[in-house]
Amino acid sequence: MAIVECTDVVKTYQQGKVDVRALRGVTLSIDTGGFVALAGPSGSGKTTLLNLIGGLDEPDSGHITVDGNPFDEMSQSRLAELRLNKIGFIFQAYNLIPVLSAVENVEYVMLLQGVGAGERRERARAILDEVGLSDMYNRRPAELSGGQQQRVAVARAIVSNPALVLADEPTANLDSKTGNGLLEMMAEMNRTKKVTFIFSTHDQRVMDYARRLIRIQDGRVAEDVDKAA
Amino acid sequence: MSIHFKMAWRNIWRNRRRSLLTMLAIAFACALLVFMLSFQFGSYEAMLNSAIKIHTGYFQIQAEGYQDKNDIRSVVPNPEKVARILDNIPQVSAYTFRASAFSLASSEERTYGVAVSGIDPNKEAAVSSIKRLIREGEYLSEGDSDEALVGALLAKNLRVGIGDAITLLGQGRDGSVAATVVTVKGIFSSGLDDFDRNAVHIPLKYFQEVFFMRGAVHTVVGLTPSLWDLPKVVDAAEARLAGLNTDRPLAVLDWKELMPGLAQAIMIDLISALIFYMLLILVVAFSILNTFLMAIFERTREFGVLMAMGTTKERLTRLLMTESMIMTVLGIAGGILLGGLVTLYFQKHGISMGDSSELFRQFGISGRIYPRFTPLSAAIGPSLVLVITFLVALYPAFKVRKLRPVEALSYV
Ligand SMILES: Nc1ncnc2c1ncn2[C@@H]1O[C@H](COP(=O)(O)OP(=O)(O)O)[C@@H](O)[C@H]1O
Ligand SMILES: [Mg+2]
Repeated sequence: MAIVECTDVVKTYQQGKVDVRALRGVTLSIDTGGFVALAGPSGSGKTTLLNLIGGLDEPDSGHITVDGNPFDEMSQSRLAELRLNKIGFIFQAYNLIPVLSAVENVEYVMLLQGVGAGERRERARAILDEVGLSDMYNRRPAELSGGQQQRVAVARAIVSNPALVLADEPTANLDSKTGNGLLEMMAEMNRTKKVTFIFSTHDQRVMDYARRLIRIQDGRVAEDVDKAA
Repeated sequence: MSIHFKMAWRNIWRNRRRSLLTMLAIAFACALLVFMLSFQFGSYEAMLNSAIKIHTGYFQIQAEGYQDKNDIRSVVPNPEKVARILDNIPQVSAYTFRASAFSLASSEERTYGVAVSGIDPNKEAAVSSIKRLIREGEYLSEGDSDEALVGALLAKNLRVGIGDAITLLGQGRDGSVAATVVTVKGIFSSGLDDFDRNAVHIPLKYFQEVFFMRGAVHTVVGLTPSLWDLPKVVDAAEARLAGLNTDRPLAVLDWKELMPGLAQAIMIDLISALIFYMLLILVVAFSILNTFLMAIFERTREFGVLMAMGTTKERLTRLLMTESMIMTVLGIAGGILLGGLVTLYFQKHGISMGDSSELFRQFGISGRIYPRFTPLSAAIGPSLVLVITFLVALYPAFKVRKLRPVEALSYV
């Protein structure tokens, strides 16, 4: 079953007087449970595509459906609700709310979902244990290393069992050892929790972790390789 | 503490210096407003009290037109009937009768124009503070006839002391010459220069003989327990006085009509102060707006992350409003505390005005002014600040709703 469906998605930005055609008609379908890499050079349109799939922005034309919800019919607040319950985000950096501790950052999503305080705290701690941060519950983001911050971001993205996690170059700011560790952890979460991961990268080593590799070039899908097949 | 509140609270302390300065600005404005309003209220009350207590009373009943012309023939012909009416109005706490005439007062050396009043010594003592204002000699007593109380400045001008004689020369109610010699029994000093320079008080009965009043008086001067009771008393008295068949209709005047200068002075003072307060609050409001806008500007990317996580715009607005209201409330609380303490200190010790304020002297206040810390003076300024900062904070809090997640996220 497909969790993400994109049909003829076009997105053009206005840069002054120039039109920048970030996506020129992307059609793809991603199955539930996938561990998918969007690969391509800088400027190819990866971030734009992830933002559209996450409902953070609207395409100029084309259709996007996530977990059976067609975006064209949804209001901003319905999209916010969908993001809250179905989608987790991991960005390249500055993912965390600086005034909240690691455990509070993870709790925040559940707070929005209306989970009770006791359960919230328990689940946040459990997931932080899983990502290997058991002794960092109360540290603020500024007191964590880049790799630790990204682990908190992963924990936060998956804590409420979303259908889909979108990660935009999650390892770009990390050294390769830390980056590999993070990817292994994401792959582990994908296996054990059956959460679909879509991550973008331009790093060959990162692409190797993916089970499916979608190459984006100049706003189009240039190659789509399902390694499992 | 909820995470929501924790976030708001910690966000405030992210930029400690800026937030502190903002709260200090709010606190300072509130403290200033509390103190200044208390000061104003205190000085108004003092002015009112001194003027009302010394002479004017809260209200007077006079023949129509007497207030403007002071014509000796415009009389209240039958004071006992008015007395019966006032006895039946429960909010009237005291009243007295007076008759007045312009006269020349001469000592051996000098002559001045004065206002001679006939007063009922006992009733007068319950209405005005004249008895307490005697500085030399004694107050009048029931059996006195040709004895007088004179103002300190007048006594000085006439160069008379206790026991000295003053010749009074004027015109009686019937137009004939009224003349008598009185002995100075007491000298009073009220602080109201005009009054102390012009007033001569003699017993009412004696006045009525000398000026051929035939039992009439010019004013019935009354008090109520507080200013709030005044309108009711004025209405009741007016209604019942209409039933008396006098040649000239009788009018009830309240202190504002009796002392239009004072009422106006208070009004002008209030309005000019209000303009200053508005400017002050406006300055504070802009500093707050600046703080809030800066904070949003710096945190744009963070708002993007929050929105990506599914935070609704309503929630962002609420977060920002919580932050600004925490700061406002803390600032206001500090301001009331500070302003209250300063006010209470001066309420106890007074503020020396010297001889500087013409306005205050004119209305009988000299030396020290005592601000009065009341719930009203403590609440008006801070409430205004609260309302204004709330409105100002709405702008950035709603501005954040215009943010689009992607734009916010690409903001570094
Ligand atoms: N907000 C924007 N305004 C204008 N141009 C943009 C904007 N965002 C992205 N672009 C342009 O769109 C193209 C695709 O960008 P992006 O999706 O960020 O690529 P990638 O993430 O693969 O590096 C680039 O040429 C980029 O310059
Ligand atoms: Mg990118």
